[in-house]
Amino acid sequence: MDKMILSKNDLSKLIEELLKKNKVYGPVKSDDTVLFEEIKKPTELYLDYLNSEVPPKALMLHQTETLFKFIPGPKGKIEPVDMDEKKVIFGIRPCDAKSFAILDHVFEGDFDDPYFITKRKNTILIGLSCSTPGTNCFCTSFDDSPAASKYVDILLTDIGNNYYVEVISDLGKQVTKAAGKLFKSATESDTKKKKDAEKKAIDMISRTQKTDKIVEKLDKIFENRFWKDVAFKCLGCGTCTYLCPTCHCFDIQDESTLTKGARIRVWDNCMNPEYTIHASGYNPRPARANRVRNRIYHKYNYYPKNFDVIACVGCGRCIDLCPVNIDIIDVVTKAGEVKP
Amino acid sequence: MKENPYEPWLATVQDVREEVGGQRPIKTFKLKFNDNKIQDNFSYIPGQCAMVSLLGMGECFFAISSSPTKKGYIEVSVMKLGKVTTALHELETGDTVGVRGPYGNNFDVNGWKGKNLIFIGGGIGQAPLRSLIQYVVDKRKDYGKLDIIYGARTSKDISYKEEFADLEKRKDVNVHLSIDVKEDGWKKFVGFVPDNLLKVKPSPKNSIAITCGPPIMIKFVIQNLEKLGFTEDQIFTTLEMRMKCGIGKCGRCNIGNLYVCKDGPVFSYKQLKNIYGER
Repeated sequence: MDKMILSKNDLSKLIEELLKKNKVYGPVKSDDTVLFEEIKKPTELYLDYLNSEVPPKALMLHQTETLFKFIPGPKGKIEPVDMDEKKVIFGIRPCDAKSFAILDHVFEGDFDDPYFITKRKNTILIGLSCSTPGTNCFCTSFDDSPAASKYVDILLTDIGNNYYVEVISDLGKQVTKAAGKLFKSATESDTKKKKDAEKKAIDMISRTQKTDKIVEKLDKIFENRFWKDVAFKCLGCGTCTYLCPTCHCFDIQDESTLTKGARIRVWDNCMNPEYTIHASGYNPRPARANRVRNRIYHKYNYYPKNFDVIACVGCGRCIDLCPVNIDIIDVVTKAGEVKP
Repeated sequence: MKENPYEPWLATVQDVREEVGGQRPIKTFKLKFNDNKIQDNFSYIPGQCAMVSLLGMGECFFAISSSPTKKGYIEVSVMKLGKVTTALHELETGDTVGVRGPYGNNFDVNGWKGKNLIFIGGGIGQAPLRSLIQYVVDKRKDYGKLDIIYGARTSKDISYKEEFADLEKRKDVNVHLSIDVKEDGWKKFVGFVPDNLLKVKPSPKNSIAITCGPPIMIKFVIQNLEKLGFTEDQIFTTLEMRMKCGIGKCGRCNIGNLYVCKDGPVFSYKQLKNIYGER
């Protein structure tokens, strides 16, 4: 791993260099909301942000995405679509970058998902460490850090007048090579500054989710009334799922006129009763308690069983934005204390 | 397997056969891939499924109801229930559909060689069993005694009537049909499938029981199989769920940590007892 520094004054030069060959996405603020959007010049970036309201998974798994086009009907034909172009996501937080690594398990495997995988391959992740984590941040509950470098190609950490630059992957090396003049080798003092910044950020994280032996604990309380109590105030709005960086469930629908159409995939959410209803009218998850429980189990029991990783990165979005204050830190911590 | 698993191959409807009429009609569609190479390379094992779509209407996940021993086509049997199945029921010979697959696991056709097989089906649940029945009948000497128990609400609701008639003529297959309610002229069993199973009373010795039908039927069939001495690893069923992708990504068809589309649809009763989750 190369360790370098980049003067804050040179950041815009780096972005301009990236814009020459790639589409660049970064945090952009409009109407008090920060979202990852395509930028055309460095000044559009808004770097004084906690995190984006919608996670950057939206750039890997589009909210709506055309799988292919077709001529509809019983004499139909299929027309494939072009896959994605090269892009850079600048300013992604380590937790959101981890969510991509978690989603890889779903979209790779027996059946590779070409839409997700192509985007992953063609995307350079330039992360920005969190220097002031939010009230509901809890990435440290999963042994990660607000300055974790392992999920990105390049990680920048604010160390005062400079960014401390960790170059992790070959893709990252290509970037620092192309903009070689802008980077200087890091000194020991720079490295210490990064460590101090990371420690300061970790110390600011005040909340902890207890996930010790959570898979085994959940195995024993599936039928417990605890889940009814948790689901009692849930409105079923699905905000938690749409804004979760690891929620990946989707629907596939045909949209068509008489002469042309497309098969589209759209984000779906497991809080919606239609999500599981059979054509016969039978629904295996008819009550909200079934659906809330399924969401928690998917992340803290099913996912670890299948892929050996908890499908939560501790970004805190679902806590910040739940209209009825359901708090996944409390839910999981308390679930671990329920007597079977 | 296709490079892009979401993109179906085109296939042409070769034949449409009405199995059952009335309120919940069932039709069997005989499909041939437009590309001969794909038709030749589309290899599957009984129990596996395919996504069949009508472009512009959407896709549904169906058991392949024909056997891979029948070359040159695949068949799916479709009950008219929702938007896509209603559109499929309008199809005529020569029309185009999209097909992708095969998906899911399969019946253990090799492991079950030499064993007696008992098929217990109800209604449209016969579709996946039909694939396996065709397969073992085509490879008759590989398997032991074959008992086929099948029931429907009325005699009109019996699927695959001609095939059952052909099977009844064979000396090496025992067919036990039933209807739920008494009808003039019906000389076979009247009553529910689980009761017919008790009457047929197959021996569990060196046997495998495979059941598919409405959930309530499966529940009592399993109870009665246990009464007859079948152990939980001698009982198999195939499950269904609402599905969109068919390849374990869209999220909705899970029972616990297993996806019915990918880890199923065939499960032993032993497996089902040990996983929890809504179904």
